[in-house]
Amino acid sequence: MFHWLEKRPFLFAVGVFLVIAFAGLIEILPDFGKASRPVVGTKPYSVLELTGRQVYIKNSCNACHSQLIRPFKAETDRYGHYSLSGEYAYDRPFLWGSKRTGPDLMRVGNYRSTDWHEHHMKNPAEVVPGSIMPGYPWMFKNTADTETAFAEMVTVANVFGVPYNKPIPMPDGSKEVVKLPSSPEEAHKMALEEAKKVAADMKDQDVKDMVAQGKIPEIVALIAYLNSLK
Amino acid sequence: MENRPLEYDYTVAKMFMFAAIVLGIVGMTIGVIIAFELAFPSVNTIFGSGVAEYTNFSRLRPLHTDAVAFGFTLSGIFATWYYVGQRVLKVSMAESKFLMMIGKLHFWLYIIGVAAVVVSLFMGYTTSKEYAEFEWPIDIAIVVVWVLWGISIFGLIGIRREKSLYISVWYYIATFLGVAMLYLFNNMEVPTYFASGGHGDIMHSVSMYAGTNDALVQWWYGHNAVAFVFTVPIIAMIYYFLPKESGQAVYSYKLSLLSFWGLMFVYLWAGGHHLLYSTVPDWMQTMGSVFSVILILPSWGSAINMLLTMKGEWQQVANSPLIKFMVLGSTFYMFSTLEGPIQAIKSVNAIAHFTDWIVGHVHDGVLGWVGFMVMASIYHMAPRVFKREIYSKGIMNAQFWIQTLGVVLYFSSMWIAGITQGMMWRAHDEFGNLAYSFIDTVTVLHPYYTIRAVGGLLYLTGVFMWAYNIYKTMTAGRVVEETELKNASPMGA
Repeated sequence: MFHWLEKRPFLFAVGVFLVIAFAGLIEILPDFGKASRPVVGTKPYSVLELTGRQVYIKNSCNACHSQLIRPFKAETDRYGHYSLSGEYAYDRPFLWGSKRTGPDLMRVGNYRSTDWHEHHMKNPAEVVPGSIMPGYPWMFKNTADTETAFAEMVTVANVFGVPYNKPIPMPDGSKEVVKLPSSPEEAHKMALEEAKKVAADMKDQDVKDMVAQGKIPEIVALIAYLNSLK
Repeated sequence: MENRPLEYDYTVAKMFMFAAIVLGIVGMTIGVIIAFELAFPSVNTIFGSGVAEYTNFSRLRPLHTDAVAFGFTLSGIFATWYYVGQRVLKVSMAESKFLMMIGKLHFWLYIIGVAAVVVSLFMGYTTSKEYAEFEWPIDIAIVVVWVLWGISIFGLIGIRREKSLYISVWYYIATFLGVAMLYLFNNMEVPTYFASGGHGDIMHSVSMYAGTNDALVQWWYGHNAVAFVFTVPIIAMIYYFLPKESGQAVYSYKLSLLSFWGLMFVYLWAGGHHLLYSTVPDWMQTMGSVFSVILILPSWGSAINMLLTMKGEWQQVANSPLIKFMVLGSTFYMFSTLEGPIQAIKSVNAIAHFTDWIVGHVHDGVLGWVGFMVMASIYHMAPRVFKREIYSKGIMNAQFWIQTLGVVLYFSSMWIAGITQGMMWRAHDEFGNLAYSFIDTVTVLHPYYTIRAVGGLLYLTGVFMWAYNIYKTMTAGRVVEETELKNASPMGA
């Protein structure tokens, strides 16, 4: 039988393909539709948060930091409640990471402040003696790209039905709405409003000046994103 | 005329051999740099703080993994295909102008793709998905490159004289199909520029899948990219080069059958072991664990088949550094494919996941098995391609021992680092509080990070010796006759 197959490359290739495709069909297809329902309190990202998330990805923060808390006492003691599938409903891509060279960041917004991040991102070893994380001083100079964040918001709203402009149920029973800007200009304006609040808690004068001039440094967007991780 | 032996045409094989050498040096140099960055953070700004954005760990890490996986290894795979394919199918590339054109196009588009990857990753264009960081325009280029390779494979098979496909060809076909399927599904993404009516960065895209689903597809891909780049085609190499170099027949045809079909069926299930204790459904996690353990069977089947091929001829291991590379390569393959399943068991994974033990596991596989096999294959091909003797057996021997020491330092330090850190993360004191702050579990790793960096540096030194040896073979090796090239490769002192 195999000698016969080895003389027929086409059938051989079909055979190999069926055998390797089998596991994917069984494992991935059945659960695909239902696994991504958001939990109560999970909101889509705002303009500035999404901009910051793109800064996070651009600098491969996920190469060293996970965003996945496993259901062990040691992890919930250290990082907070273990992760729930629905909390990731709006994460495209997922940012679980595969290596914790630094600590998990899934709920870093619960226990770190804007002020802490500002110092830490400039010089990590000054805030955490012994840290091997490099500093990211260029984030204080580079301007964040809110237009691409806007493009991503429009894309996920249109293509995947992410509920912007719709009431989102919160844990206390109230509803919140995350607004989808109608143009890149409006997106920038909304992001700037958020950025002003973040910059108010920061000390770096260059950052404050940039925000006052209507520009958003990458660091401000990144901190807005990190603060939103709860 | 009719009885004249076939003149194989190694033009394309040669081009990919050079690419493997250059990209091996690039990828592993970056690897050594980032290893030193973890041990000594000041290395992050070693080229000045002005360019720190481009030289710090986070920007370089994806470049390292992609350069060695899709640069060095893939070039090695292509080089061996363009060499082995002709020989086992008994047909020369020179017989088909079309296939020669496709082969060259394949090479040059691949090089353009590699250049685009390097530039875009330096600039920070990344999808964040491991081993699938490339943004959508590069993904499209990669699909084209892959299709060209497919045309090469099936084109050559189409005009073959030897009707039965040799074992290596099974594995090359599987590599082609496996990567095609995995890559396409994992890189489904929507370019935001077009979907938003022309706003923002044209390179940016958003994943078709969200959250847990995205993770599931990514690790179905990530795990099996390892299967179909670091395992399947490397087995194709060893099934050709070890019997050829040693002059021994493959030990068992039945074992090769069992291993091949077993590997094909089992490997794809095991991706779930990357997601243990995550939010993917429990049954998939368990399936990932179970199939990872079963995976020992086909993996060891191939490795044992190779080791037994040397039965009665073990003096060759002592005499030939080329055989040494391949036999130790098979041994590291066995070692790595035992270690992987152990890490896939849930209770072990609870400690090992997110630690350096995983990094150690990857590297005993890629340095000890993949790297050794790619370099050994190119050593074997060099005398046939350049019609010259391998320049120096002495350099090859020294390289073997330096690199073996490097690999041992690498994985042993990473085991200790990983288990130390995993245990410290979970340690509680007598009152039930966490015993260590996170930074305690980082500073403790310094000696191991240093040893790992030194191990990596030793391995890189060996890569330079290999490159030098191949270069000298091309330019200064003794010219050899066809009769000297039957089995054991001719080597100078």
